This record gives sequence, structure tokens and C-alpha cells, in this order.
Amino acid sequence: MDSPTTYFHWGFILISLPNLLVIAGMVVLFAIALVAPFPHGGKDDGRD
Amino acid sequence: MKGVTQEEYYRGVRMAPYDLVKELAIALAGVGVLALVVSAVVSSPDEPPVTISAWVQSDPVDFVTTATGELAGTTTSAGYGQPYNATADAAQKWGPISPQAWLGARIPIDSANTFVIQPLQRAAFGNAQLDTAVKTWQAASADDQGKWTDAYTKALTDAKVADDGTITVADGDYGPLPLMMANLLGMARSGALDGLLQISGRFYQTDYTPALLFMGDGGYLDGLAGSWNLHGDQWGMMNETGQYPGQTWLWLYTMWYQVFPFNSDTGALGLSSANADLGIVILMTLLTAALALVPLIPILRDIPRWVPIHRLIWRRYYSAKVSA
Amino acid sequence: MDATSKEIPHPAAEPANWTLRVRRYIDRLLPMDHLLPDRQPYYVGSWVYVFGVVTIAALVWVVGSGVVLSFMGPQWWHVSGVGRFFNSLHFWSVQLFFIFMVLHLWGQYFMASWRDGRAATWLIGVVIFGVSILTAFTGYLSQQNFDSQFIAINAKDAMNGAGIGAFFNVLNFGQMYGLHVMLLPIGVTFLVVWHIVMVRTRGVVKPIDPEGANRS
Repeated sequence: MDSPTTYFHWGFILISLPNLLVIAGMVVLFAIALVAPFPHGGKDDGRD
Repeated sequence: MKGVTQEEYYRGVRMAPYDLVKELAIALAGVGVLALVVSAVVSSPDEPPVTISAWVQSDPVDFVTTATGELAGTTTSAGYGQPYNATADAAQKWGPISPQAWLGARIPIDSANTFVIQPLQRAAFGNAQLDTAVKTWQAASADDQGKWTDAYTKALTDAKVADDGTITVADGDYGPLPLMMANLLGMARSGALDGLLQISGRFYQTDYTPALLFMGDGGYLDGLAGSWNLHGDQWGMMNETGQYPGQTWLWLYTMWYQVFPFNSDTGALGLSSANADLGIVILMTLLTAALALVPLIPILRDIPRWVPIHRLIWRRYYSAKVSA
Repeated sequence: MDATSKEIPHPAAEPANWTLRVRRYIDRLLPMDHLLPDRQPYYVGSWVYVFGVVTIAALVWVVGSGVVLSFMGPQWWHVSGVGRFFNSLHFWSVQLFFIFMVLHLWGQYFMASWRDGRAATWLIGVVIFGVSILTAFTGYLSQQNFDSQFIAINAKDAMNGAGIGAFFNVLNFGQMYGLHVMLLPIGVTFLVVWHIVMVRTRGVVKPIDPEGANRS
């Protein structure tokens, strides 16, 4: 884990593989959170 | 909507059971398991720090060149300006704005004396040759000193490193410099210079300013940093040694160093690589303030209405509305 | 209302007793069933809503691992395998903290959660983001390894350019370490508690509704 990592160079962007994975992972996680069904608790108990 | 109670705000809104404490407990356990497992599997980065001694053993010519530069006043620290010294026109400024200059030389560092002369004066005790050499240097005129440092610096570009780590250069008029530098080299190799610069004459201390400034003036530490892509022009702020993620949240801060005008020598609007630090600090302060004040900024505060992400988040609410 | 109290509430008269005034203020602002509600509006039904609590969970692990590291001293993790493990815990929980904090920021932005009197909650959130970055920065400077050496040497230019380098000396380990283990964590914790109190006081914001009418 202590050897140099891979870098990606697109235009003026230079990013390391671990950083790219973190950022891409965040975008994926956000997208999943948007669409994944959320467990709904018990029925409405009528209280307000 | 000041003064609206929750009862009033949620009047007519259907409520459903929700367990916040259980949610927190699950989150604590989940984050914990994730952190524990990843830590056990991949550990964390820890590149050992460099010392002056390591620098000298790796690249004695760079060390001696740097030390000579300190005497000549040509190194980064020697001509830095505030807060280390009051070098004219060294502080970053944008038009009349120059907070670096306004606050003065509050951390005075005299590069030539701190990094070269004073250590050699300590080593000169019982070393008559070195004592004479240092006194010769200090008694010499600025012209002579400049002549010697110029000539020696040029000669160092073709220096030869012997097996024992000492360096030799072509014959020339360098004054007392070769002897001074040979002694400084020896001190550095032994670790004595690390000790002297770190302790700075005190016993207890936690401030590494002199040692770090001196090492920063040379090429060894800087070269290592470049190999790890930590330099400013390599998006370095975001990066980490080894195969670990860095400070990804600094992406916008470091991005500006890669773009015009901050990456250009000529620049525009008075901003260039010469005052990039000042310019980018000002820019990021403004952008952070804008983020904090989004609720007050037209267009920025309206984008969420235009982008249908909220329709995904609240789709149950919107579908109930349609069927109502 | 306290059923056993003999006082009859009169809107015009503030009680003379300061303790009673403070208690009544807190009761009005954040009664227990608002601080720890067992129900939420039914539209709180998206995974986007959990990013906030996961960020808090990560912060707990950051502080916990940090406490262990500070107890054992700044050199421990360089010389001990257990120390290195706690450093790793600290390192990765910080990564998780920022990941989930930013996801929480994205979610709250696209929900325009500053509406209906919640602008201050948003502002405090951005301040937390900024103070967290500063806390992480002092942490990276406290590592006492190669990374911290170069970060110090490089970052000093930004601090000096901004005019604060003499007061916030990134080359001064003692100062950076002290800020990192005490002053800034206190600041972050205080701000996070304030942020949570603000959220619980007002409740979650209603969905964006261009028609303006309430929907149940």
C-alpha cells in the first residue's frame, strides 16, 4: 500500500486512483440513495 | 417563518412512526464495522520524515548548494519576506492588498546565520581552521562574499562526490567556503545539524520552523514530494502518499492553482502565479461565504426547484398529490 | 404546562424567577418530544435522509479513535502496531466523515432545506464544513511524518500570503497539535450540537411545493 499509486490525466485534471474511486463512489452512493426504496415503518397511527 | 410552532407547521401532514435513536445506533455500528475492517485490511499511510542527515547522505551536492545559497541570500527562505524577514517586494500583493506585508516579520529567521554561520561557530570550538574560515567569511566585504558564492555555486554544478560522501570541485577562488561547507557537511551527516536546528537553543520546544524552512530550501524533500504528486501544480493538496485517498474535499481549493491566471507567469487582472496564494485565498473565502449564504442568493437558491432531484426524494409525496 | 404549578400563565407578565424563565424558554423551544420524536412526516422516506446521522456516527468514531491517539501521545502510532491500527481507524473514519458530510450537503441542497426559516441551520452546516476542513488540516500537520513535513512547507505560503502565517504557524507542531486535539474538536462538537438542536427545533422542511398548499 506504500508504493506510488496510479494517476489519471485528462486535460488539466490530474487525479489519483484512490481519490477517483472515492468521488465516483460518492456519486454512485447518492444516486442509489435517491432511487432505492426506503422501508416504511408501521401504518399511520392517526395521531397528529 | 419565525414563530411557527411544529404543531402549526405540520398541521395536516400525515406522520409515521420513526426511530431516530435506533437509526443512530445502526449508523454507529455500520460506520464502526466499515472503519474497523478497512483499517485492518489496508492500514494507513506513514512515510517516514526526512532529516537533514538523510538529505546529505542522499544528495550532498544539493545540500552544499543550498547552504551556499543561504549565505548568498538566494534561497527561498532568505528572500521570502514576511513573516521571516523584511525583504523588499517579496510579499504577495494584489494591487494595494498585501496582508503578508502588513503583519510584519513576526517570525524572524536570518537564513545565513541560523542555518550556516551559527552551527559552524559552535563546531569551531577546538577547530582552529574552521574558526579562522568563519571569521574570514564574516570579515570579508559583501563584494568578496558575493564573488565566492557565485563562483562556488557554479563550480558545484560539476562537483564530484567521493565514496566517503565528501565533495570536491574544480580549482577556483572560493575563499573560505570549501572548508566551511566540508565542516557543515560533516555536521549534517552526523545528525548534529538536525539537533541544532530543531532545538534552536532551547531544551523543550515543539516548533520546527528553522529545520523545515532549511529543508524546504533544498531539492531533496521537494523532489520526494514531487514523486508522490504532492506539489501544488500536481493537484498536490488532494493527494496522499502511497495508495491511499487524500483530502478529496480540497479539490476546489487546489484546482485554482492549475488554471489561468494562477498557473501563469503573466496572468491577468493583476493575478498570476506570483500572488496565486493570496488570490486563491481571497477567491475561496468569497466562494465559501457564497455557499453559506445560498439561501439569500438568487439563482443559486432556485436551482433545487429547477433540478428534479427533489422529485425523486419526495416521490411518495408528489404521487399522493397527483392521485388526490 | 406543569399541572402541579400554582402559577397561572399570563402572557403579559414574565415570571421574576430566572430559572423558571429559562425552563419555560427551553420547553417552548425544544420540548422533549421534539428533541426525540418517535414520528416523522411520512415524506421522510428516502435514504438521502440518513446521510446526516451517518455523518454524526462517523464523527463519533473520529473523536473516539482520536482520544485514544492523544492519550498515548503523538509518537505512539509510529512505533506500535496497535497504535498504527488506531491511526488507521482515525484516518478512515475521517474519510467516511467527509464522504457522508458532503453527501448530506448535496441532499440538503437539492431539497432546498433552508426554506421556511431554516437558513441559519444551513449556514451553521457550512460553518461546520469549514471548521472540519481546518480540523483535518491541523490533523494532517500533526502526523509527524513526511506528509506533514511537506504539507507544512507548502501550506505556509498560503497562510503567509493571507497574512495569518505568523499567528497560525503551520511549521509549529505544538500549535497545530494543540489546535487539533483540543480547540477545534470542541468547536466542531459545539457547532454540531447547535446544528442538531436547530434541526430538531424546527423539524424537517416540507417538500418543495410550487402550488404552496399543504398536502397530507
